[in-house]
Amino acid sequence: MRAILFALLLVSLAASAAIEVHQFDDPAQEALYKELIAELRCLVCQNQNLADSNADLAKDLREKTYEMVKAGKDKEEIVDWMVNRYGDFVLYKPPVQRNTLLLWGGPFLILLVGVLVLVRFIRRRPSTGDHLLSEEERRKAEALLQGQEEERI
Amino acid sequence: MKARYLVPLAIFLVIVGFLAVGLKMDPKRVPSPLIGKPAPHFELSTLYDPAERITPEKLRGKVWLLNVFASWCVSCRAEHQVVSRFVQMGLAPVYGLNYKDEARDAKEWLRELGNPYEAVIVDPEGDTGIDWGVYGVPETFVIDKKGIIRDKVIGPVTEEILENRLVPLVRKLKEEQG
Repeated sequence: MRAILFALLLVSLAASAAIEVHQFDDPAQEALYKELIAELRCLVCQNQNLADSNADLAKDLREKTYEMVKAGKDKEEIVDWMVNRYGDFVLYKPPVQRNTLLLWGGPFLILLVGVLVLVRFIRRRPSTGDHLLSEEERRKAEALLQGQEEERI
Repeated sequence: MKARYLVPLAIFLVIVGFLAVGLKMDPKRVPSPLIGKPAPHFELSTLYDPAERITPEKLRGKVWLLNVFASWCVSCRAEHQVVSRFVQMGLAPVYGLNYKDEARDAKEWLRELGNPYEAVIVDPEGDTGIDWGVYGVPETFVIDKKGIIRDKVIGPVTEEILENRLVPLVRKLKEEQG
């Protein structure tokens, strides 16, 4: 029994991942294909793009993208084709439009609020630099400094 | 001075509010861009009669449902009896779109569970599925008399969705002018 189990350990399971081979006419097409599958979202596993996803639909959509690139379609045409079917959600980089204004503007809004809070905070802090000592304070300070030096000697 | 201490609390409450809303949202429910648009064209044969060709144009003039299913899809099995019940109501025909399936498996599946469909359209490669923006089987589309997609249910149709959403919508659409 042990011998069988040991023998089984030695048998490596062949990885069943299929490798997709795509031939392109020119490097520009290949670059476009890679750019597209990196920017388009897989709708089944929503946190992956088409390039990373192993879902069946992602494979089909990669194939469609390849066919369209091969047929000489440009980026806009292919992205439109996808958006017509799956909506803006398919884009990892959503377009700037009315319902995405907050998404695009939000970070700048938060930055602005942060800067305003910071400016207010700095202004409120009592300034320290140009504060002059009164005559009495100066004498006290001098006495202290001299006292310290005497102690050191 | 006291108002100052309320600021973090206010920020906290705003964050809690966003998170509470976020928890209730389902990221799987992606609004379909096809709602309000004409049903995408297809011309496919049916499961039981390869010579028969069905196109959305042929179904113009009546309200119909397209139910995307497959024998390999587990939740389709759960949905099946709800779809059957809808068909029994006799409100509108339901066409099945057998998505990326083997004809043999699909027939076996329908023999076992019963076939509620007016016709079963076969899409072995999933091309029509892609044109219709299908990404999670089962999906159900409601098409009006003018051939416009009016609603789409992603995932299995439950009794609740049937009663509260599909039946009222189909009743309303049937009263519209074709």
